[in-house]
This record gives sequence, C-alpha cells and structure tokens, in this order.
Amino acid sequence: MAAEPILAAAHVSLRFGGVRALTDVSFHVNPGEVFSIIGPNGAGKTSMVNCISGRYRPTEGRVLFDGRDITHLRPSRRAGLGIGRTFQNLALFGHMTVLDNIMVGRHHLLRHGFATGMLYWLGGAQREELAHRREVEEIIDFLEIQHVRKAVAGTLPYGLRKRVELARAIALKPKLILLDEPMAGMNLEEKEDMARYILDLNEEWGMTVLMIEHDMGVVMDISHRVMVLDFGRKIAEGTPEHVMADEHVRRAYLGQADEAVAEDAAEAAAP
Amino acid sequence: MTPAGDFRTSYRADTTIFPTRNSRIALWLGLALLCAAPLALGRYELGLLVNIGIMGIAALGLNILVGFTGQISIGHAAFFGFGAFASAWLHDAAHIPVALCIPLAGVMTAAVGLVFGAPAARLKGLYLAIATLAAQFILEDFFARAQWFTGGVAGRITEPFEILGWRADREESFFYVVLAWVVIMFVGAANLMRTRDGRALVAVRDHYLSAEIMGINLAYYRTLSFGIASFYAGVAGALYAHYLLFVSVEAFNILLSIQFLGMVIIGGLGSVSGSLMGAAFMVLLPEVVQAGADALAGGAIDRALRLGASISFLREMAIGAVIILFLIFEPDGLARRWRLIKAYWKLYPYSH
Ligand SMILES: Nc1ncnc2c1ncn2[C@@H]1O[C@H](COP(=O)(O)OP(=O)(O)OP(=O)(O)O)[C@@H](O)[C@H]1O
Ligand SMILES: [Mg+2]
Repeated sequence: MAAEPILAAAHVSLRFGGVRALTDVSFHVNPGEVFSIIGPNGAGKTSMVNCISGRYRPTEGRVLFDGRDITHLRPSRRAGLGIGRTFQNLALFGHMTVLDNIMVGRHHLLRHGFATGMLYWLGGAQREELAHRREVEEIIDFLEIQHVRKAVAGTLPYGLRKRVELARAIALKPKLILLDEPMAGMNLEEKEDMARYILDLNEEWGMTVLMIEHDMGVVMDISHRVMVLDFGRKIAEGTPEHVMADEHVRRAYLGQADEAVAEDAAEAAAP
Repeated sequence: MTPAGDFRTSYRADTTIFPTRNSRIALWLGLALLCAAPLALGRYELGLLVNIGIMGIAALGLNILVGFTGQISIGHAAFFGFGAFASAWLHDAAHIPVALCIPLAGVMTAAVGLVFGAPAARLKGLYLAIATLAAQFILEDFFARAQWFTGGVAGRITEPFEILGWRADREESFFYVVLAWVVIMFVGAANLMRTRDGRALVAVRDHYLSAEIMGINLAYYRTLSFGIASFYAGVAGALYAHYLLFVSVEAFNILLSIQFLGMVIIGGLGSVSGSLMGAAFMVLLPEVVQAGADALAGGAIDRALRLGASISFLREMAIGAVIILFLIFEPDGLARRWRLIKAYWKLYPYSH
C-alpha cells in the first residue's frame, strides 16, 4: 500500500432514534481502487455513503478525505474537494434536459455568476460555457448518450437515466466517485455496459471508485477490495476471493454455507 | 423540437436563445413592428402595451422565483411598490437623472428582497408563503408611515423619464423606454437560464438534495432567487412610477401580488417568454370583459342582470375563473400552448 488513503472512515456510528444504521465502522479506500460495499438490505450501505457525501452526519466517528477531516463539512462543499456520487433511487433534475443536468455537474468548476451570466456575451460567460460544453460532450460520447442530450431527463427510460446520473457525477471531475447500486434494475446487457464504464472510469479516467452493488458477479469481477456490512457492522473486508471465503459472510450475508456461494447470492440479490 | 434537417454545426449555434432561423426572423420582424407601433397605434393602445411591458418585467421576476426556483411569494407587489417609491425618492433626494434612478431602484429593491428572502433559506412551502405575506404587510405599513419616502397617504409626484434632452412623458415616447427595458430584462433572464446560476436555481427546484451534492449551496441560491426577483420587481415598479408620474400606496396591495401570481401561472411556470404572455393576458382580459359588457349594455341581459353596476366585480370574477381554468386545463400555461401551435405549423400539413 503505497500512498495514503484517499478516503478513511474511523469508528463511524449513525443512529436514527433507536435504529442503529451504522455501528463503529472503520475502513479506508486507496487512491486508484475500485472498492465495493456489499451486504443485505438495510445493512447500512447507503447510510455509509451518505456519511461520506454529507447527506448524513455520523453520530460518532470521523470521515477523512485526502487526509482532511470532512465529518462536519457542508455537502455542497464536498463537490469542490473532489467527491461525486450517484443515488440508489434516481435523483436527476427531471425537468431539465440531459445536457443541462450534466452541465450542473460542472457547477463548482464554473466561475461566472448571475451578473456576468445575464450579460453572457460581455464578460466571458459564453466562452466559459462553450469550453465546458466541449468537455461535457466528451462525457456524453463516452457514455453513448448523444442521441438523448436534448431530451428532458424525466422522460427517459430507467437505464438511460442511470447513465445520465453517472454522466452528471463524472462532470464534477471527482477524484472519488460514489456509486450507489449503479446496476440495480438493469438487464444483463445494460449491466455489462455499466461495468465497462466503471472500469474505464477507474483505469482511463483515473477515478477512485466506491461502489455499492448487489450483483455478486460484477462485484467479484471489477473490485479490488470489498467490505461487507451486516446490521450496520463491518463483518469482513479484503479481496473478493478472501471475502467470499469468509465464514461470517457466508452465514450472515448469504444465509447458507454452500459451495456455489457467489451464484446463489447473485440470484438472491437480483430484483 | 426542431424540424428535421435543421442541424447544428457548432456548440455556439446550439446554445442560442432562438434556435431556428425562422424564430430569429420572427423576432426581428416583431421588434421592428413594435418600434413602428407608436406611428400606427393610438395613446390608449400604446398605454396597454406599456402596461403589458411593465407587468411583464415584474411577472418575469416572480417567475424566476416561483417557476424556476420553485419557491413562493405573495408579496411581489410590495417590492414592485418599493421600486416605484425608491426611484422617485432617488431622483428628488439625490437629484439623480431618472434614467439612472430606474436601475438603481432595482438594486435597492433587490437589497430589500434579500433581507425578506433570507427566511427562504430555511422555510419552504406554506411557511415561506406566510413569511412573504408578512413582507407584503410590513412593507405596506412602511409605505404608510415613511412619509419622506412615499409621500404618505397623499402619494408622490414623480418626474418623467429624460435622457439627453429627450423627454418621455407621453405614451408615444415612454413606450420606447419600456420596450428597451423589456428587451434587456428578458434577454438577461434567458441568458441567466443558460448559465451556471440559472441552472443552479432550476436544480434547487427539481431536486435540492442532489443539487447540494453537485456543489450548489441551497441557502445561497434560495436567497439569491429572491434578490433577482426583487430586482425585476423594482425596475418594473420604477418604470411604472415614471409612466404614471404619480405613485401612491394603495396600488401595491396584496391583490396586485395575486395578479402577478396569476400572470406567472397563466403564462407558464418556468417560462421566460410565458411571463410576457401572462402579463398580456392579464392586462387585456379586463379590456375584453369591458368590451363584452359594453356590447351588452342597454340590452335585455343588461337590464335583467344590472351589469352596469357590477362590471368591476365581474372583472375580478373573470380573472379568478380564468386562473382556475388554467390550473385545471392548461397547467403549463400559454407558453406550452404556443410551443404546440408552433410545432403544429412546423410539420403542417403532415401533423398527425
Ligand atoms: N433517514 C433515515 N431515518 C431513519 N432510518 C433510516 C434513515 N436512513 C436509513 N435508515 C435506516 O438505517 C438502516 C440502514 O439503511 P440503508 O439505507 O443504509 O441500508 P442499505 O444497506 O443501503 O439497504 P438497501 O440494500 O436496501 O439499499 C435501515 O434500517 C434504515 O431503515
Ligand atoms: Mg441502499
């Protein structure tokens, strides 16, 4: 392990009244990794991601990004640091075009506010818009959504919306991208596409990926390391093979100690 | 929707406000026609156009707040009034030329709007509506008390617009002042909506949680929206003051606030051009009702229903009924109807 971790959670606990969503969870993600969080429904995976993106504030513990304590940082400040994310339940700007949705991702990179924006041609807002538009088009090409760039996001089919959400998160130029079930509800072909995009993001675009995913096949294929949550606690962490071989994981998460563990899990988790 | 074969060749051409060649031709033709309007129209008709322009600017401001940012204000008329008094006061107290007083009044009103908009950073929905209602009453009360600012119950005389010796004290001349401001304010809003802060406002409306994750500071943009809306109201109010050459407190009551909301709903929430359509509708509707009543006057129906005495009541009823009908049958407003009509003609005669 060469560099210092890009993300570290230290003894994070999160309670909602009597519900313990997370209990003393610690882990770290190294730069350049694809790190997956798995676990049964309600295990606290999304809660963990929310603590990182700032939606939730941990009841106890700390979250560090690039060595900096961000536990109490406003969510809107985290985009500027280099954290992007997608949501488990789609969270696009439904009435905006796909293009505008993705351009919102550029928000923290744009300098022209309302005054120079209104003047547009005077003062450089137009130049800035067009420069960023060019970069956004690269993302659109990468995710193969050229044909819908002018469509209103809320009218698109599910699979495409997932892709637009990914595009919007990429537009932020994040160092760390958090993907909450990027393949949920997709058919096999769409899943394969999505897995390829995630790998490209990691390898070609140099982004560190933290992913929540139920599809065990995909998790095994593309993650460097995996963490398993169960009832808000971390029960295992390591390489996919290591985690799959773990006795706790088999019992707690998979509910059985079968030989064909991975296949069963994939079936059980398929929606 | 663009006709097939109308391909864009650069991102620049792809980001224009008026995307097709025909729409640009129509725009320039329309502007040329408007510039010639004072030659052809009488003072009464020009007065209607001036009113449409002024109300359109104020409605656009409210649309930025309600339609684009998804907030609510039932105090818009108070900001409109503040702009009117501010411009008159700036001219009298500081001897600033009227031409400059108008944008300055806009800035002053924006500052007041930011103060009253501050609760928007925390309040939503009904609670925010009540907070803006409070703003309406507080400002009305201020107007009644601050004699130095408003002239009190007697009202305040205002000076006509003048620039380089050209006085705009009649409909024929003031029309051009309003036309210029309409162009500036509407182009400004259209530009805003295709740049960072405009998109941020819409993002806050559509999904504030993911807007925040995109780096958008919710409190800032919710408050900013009030500032911009108030700026528009202030400029419109200032124009109104220098058009009527007299301003008094009663004009800026909650009924006018409701009318502004009506314009925005009828024109189309979240539509720049719709704001002007809604204003035109609201200004012309009473004319139509009046014309209808005049046509009936003296007839059997008039005698039976005594329309003559209740015409103003009928007018309010008609406006109320129209708002309700729009909410039910055309919730996206005139702007959408207009788009459908354009789409129909684009494909004509193959539109099915
Ligand atoms: N805002 C909230 N208020 C109250 N309880 C919550 C809240 N968010 C999450 N929880 C609870 O915390 C626990 C963990 O939820 P979380 O959404 O993190 O699970 P998950 O692992 O993402 O599950 P899934 O696979 O279904 O997405 C659940 O018991 C859930 O009910
Ligand atoms: Mg979840």
